[in-house]
Amino acid sequence: MTLELFLQHMVNGISLGSLYALIAIGYTMVYGILRLINFAHGDLIMIAAYIAFYSVAIFSIPWYLSFIIAVLFTMALGIMIERSAYKPLRSSPRITVLISAIGVSFLLQNLGIVIFGGRPKPFQVPELFSKVYEIAGVNIVSITFFIPIITIVLLLGLIYLINKTKVGMAMRAVAKDYDTSSLMGIDVNKIISTTFGVGSGLAAVGGVMWSMKFPQLIPFMGVIPGLKCFIAAVVGGIGNITGAVIGGFLLGLGEILLVAFLPELSGYRDAFAFILLILILLLKPTGIMGEKIAEKV
Amino acid sequence: MSKKVITSLILILITITLLIIAQNNLDSFSLRILNLCGIYVIFAVSMNLINGFTGQLALGHAGFIAVGAYSYSLLVMDPQLKEMNFFLKPLIAPLNTVHWPFLPALILAGLMAALAGFLVGAPALRLRGDYLAIATLGFGEIIRIIFTNTQSITNGSLGLKGIPAPDKFLFFSMKNSLMWWVWIAAIITVIFHFLLIDSSYGRAFKAIREDEKAAQAMGIALFKHKVMAMVISSFFAGIGGALLASLIGTIDPLMFRFLLTFNILLIVVVGGMGSISGSIISAISITILMEVLRALDQGFMGLPALPGLRMVVFALLLMSVVLFYPKGLMGNEELSWNKLMNLLKKPLLLKEVKK
Amino acid sequence: MSLLEVKDVTMQFGGLTAVTNFNLHINNDEIVGLIGPNGAGKTTCFNVITGEYIPSKGSVFFEKKDITKARSDQVTKLGIARTFQNIRLFKDLTVLENVLIANHLNVKSNLFTAIFKLPKYQKEERQMYEKSLDLLKELKLERFKNEKSSSLPYGLQRRLEIARALATQPKLLLLDEPAAGMNPQESIELMKLINEIKEKFNLTIFMIEHHMPVIMGVCKRILVLDHGLTIAEGTPKEIQTNPKVIEAYLGVETIA
Repeated sequence: MTLELFLQHMVNGISLGSLYALIAIGYTMVYGILRLINFAHGDLIMIAAYIAFYSVAIFSIPWYLSFIIAVLFTMALGIMIERSAYKPLRSSPRITVLISAIGVSFLLQNLGIVIFGGRPKPFQVPELFSKVYEIAGVNIVSITFFIPIITIVLLLGLIYLINKTKVGMAMRAVAKDYDTSSLMGIDVNKIISTTFGVGSGLAAVGGVMWSMKFPQLIPFMGVIPGLKCFIAAVVGGIGNITGAVIGGFLLGLGEILLVAFLPELSGYRDAFAFILLILILLLKPTGIMGEKIAEKV
Repeated sequence: MSKKVITSLILILITITLLIIAQNNLDSFSLRILNLCGIYVIFAVSMNLINGFTGQLALGHAGFIAVGAYSYSLLVMDPQLKEMNFFLKPLIAPLNTVHWPFLPALILAGLMAALAGFLVGAPALRLRGDYLAIATLGFGEIIRIIFTNTQSITNGSLGLKGIPAPDKFLFFSMKNSLMWWVWIAAIITVIFHFLLIDSSYGRAFKAIREDEKAAQAMGIALFKHKVMAMVISSFFAGIGGALLASLIGTIDPLMFRFLLTFNILLIVVVGGMGSISGSIISAISITILMEVLRALDQGFMGLPALPGLRMVVFALLLMSVVLFYPKGLMGNEELSWNKLMNLLKKPLLLKEVKK
Repeated sequence: MSLLEVKDVTMQFGGLTAVTNFNLHINNDEIVGLIGPNGAGKTTCFNVITGEYIPSKGSVFFEKKDITKARSDQVTKLGIARTFQNIRLFKDLTVLENVLIANHLNVKSNLFTAIFKLPKYQKEERQMYEKSLDLLKELKLERFKNEKSSSLPYGLQRRLEIARALATQPKLLLLDEPAAGMNPQESIELMKLINEIKEKFNLTIFMIEHHMPVIMGVCKRILVLDHGLTIAEGTPKEIQTNPKVIEAYLGVETIA
């Protein structure tokens, strides 16, 4: 393997990894606060992509506006999902909420088929993101650079939000203990909604970037990235934002390098995530950055 | 004989009578749905054992069904058929010549799935709750991805076509032998699970569901019992998978995505986690409902054809069950005469009170 | 004869040391009490003995056998049963089922013998029912046998936990605050019950209790734990007058 080729793979791996990381953060935030695997998170990726697509294709508004609309709409949808499908089940057993989440995911996918149609649609990538640069003999599309940059910016913003603002403090409190937080005068429902809004917004940004990297839209496009990012979140230690980022990069780089170095195993690319997941869970059941929680007896 | 045994015998007799009527009166499309119902009964009851009774959220069922379906198909297809199927890459050595009869193939399919259940369960069941769910889901997907990639054994994504259905039920030629196999297998599955739950081991499973730590403090070896439940559950999943393969006649790895696991999980939840009779009722009604809803996709009552609408309605129905009936149809109770009678009595009593 | 021997057990959770150099020696036929303020590490000692925790240092012997690293189900099989501070019944199951489950560890039939109800299992099952019903009768719970265990009043739930522990046929019974939440009348009944079952089932008992009248009335020997350290050991009389114990409970009197 030449150095150029290796560099190309590394750049691709970092780019894919940061995309995974971005989506994984949303999973981890929701899990941290509700202890819920939000299966619908992956489908928000799909919704965001379609909104961006339609607002350009039908209303012919500029792409940057369409991206903002997509993110705002998805945030609202995320909050709505929480209000209608998860909130009524706050005191139910975990499995019931999990199944509700699966139901929402089901619903979004099939609504996607009904509304957007089952046939793949080509996503119009704005020129800014589709330019090809040649750097040190390696051809790289500009979106490959944009993804890590946007991820880092958003990540810094999120860290600021969680650690330096009042809302962030409330989020951390709610994640630790519902009842006590509400006794301390925190509006738990509002904080949960905010968390869903932020998480869904990140998924939306992820969705728009995903469709610029892989510019083909289908209603099931969110399933595999959704699953993989969830795995990234678990591998990193669910509930932990640094963990989600580590998990995302591990997964993205691992996948690309597996295909690069062992092309005969490329059919197992999707299995890589699952194998990594199982190895991590068996070696360190709470993930790389996860804390061990012992059950009180 | 106890009352329980008599009621069970009566129920079995009624089922068999209904099957005889069905065999003589239903068209092939309806028979197919009937068989699908039986297969889903097997899937749901077996999944309920690990999820509902033992309380272990395991989501690898589709993988075990796939193992059963593939093992069965590779055993019963004749060598010529195999050669036609494996035109890209030939099937590997001993498998390309084997040609087994139905019943041994069915049982071996179950055993292979049980083995898979053991291999998955042994590491995964050390985890708990959500982590177990994700790990088993991962294992299920890995099984499917392996099947997609081992072309010289499974024919990869091309799948297997022309899988034969049994032409005899035991030694009898029947109009529809497969229907008999499916439903006898379903009945055996149900009886087996009822007996298991009624035994000391079944109680141990339930204890684990209720409170792991307390169960362990009562001397129940957690891991051993969880693996036991998992192996039994996957054995029956394998049997169901084999029957599914012979009903549909064509299998490919995409059939066994985790969507299949979710379908079964939803059936189990709607019926009630920890209720065998709930699983049976739910499996039959949801399978029929899915077929009835098919009309939606083709457009009906003046509505335009909208592909996907069926699943939207299905998803909405399930959501409403989860939101408004979180314990499912039966909770963790079983259907019994007393309860049915109580249900009938209640409205009557209310009337009397009103007078 | 020595039944249980805990040697120099230290239990650490991360940076927190819950129990330091805990030593305990229980002979057959004793009733030993463990007291101490909240958070003194009493339940942690129980959890170390029953195999819930593996101690960071030290070892535990039961009938001269090293059980330091045994799992809690193995410990129960060897003959140590326990109740829980925060009642942990199988809530959705009936009273009878709760006790039957505790018989499972002695079932010799394998899975298939049990499922197909072969004669060997039928006999075992019959014995299990008989024994369980006898136990329920003994503890005056018989008339609730078909009730859901969570529907029992609090005091009876505690009693059922004891019945369930007895069903495992223990030699040593660990009771974690059996009188918690009981009124004086119930406490007196409990004391009677503890003495009764001790005689009837040939038990040795080790119990944690906050309720002083109960512990003083039942135990011949008492250990006092404070901040993970054993600060006193002796007869109820000695403990009552021990200045260290009084200090642990009431705090040091500061001179203004």
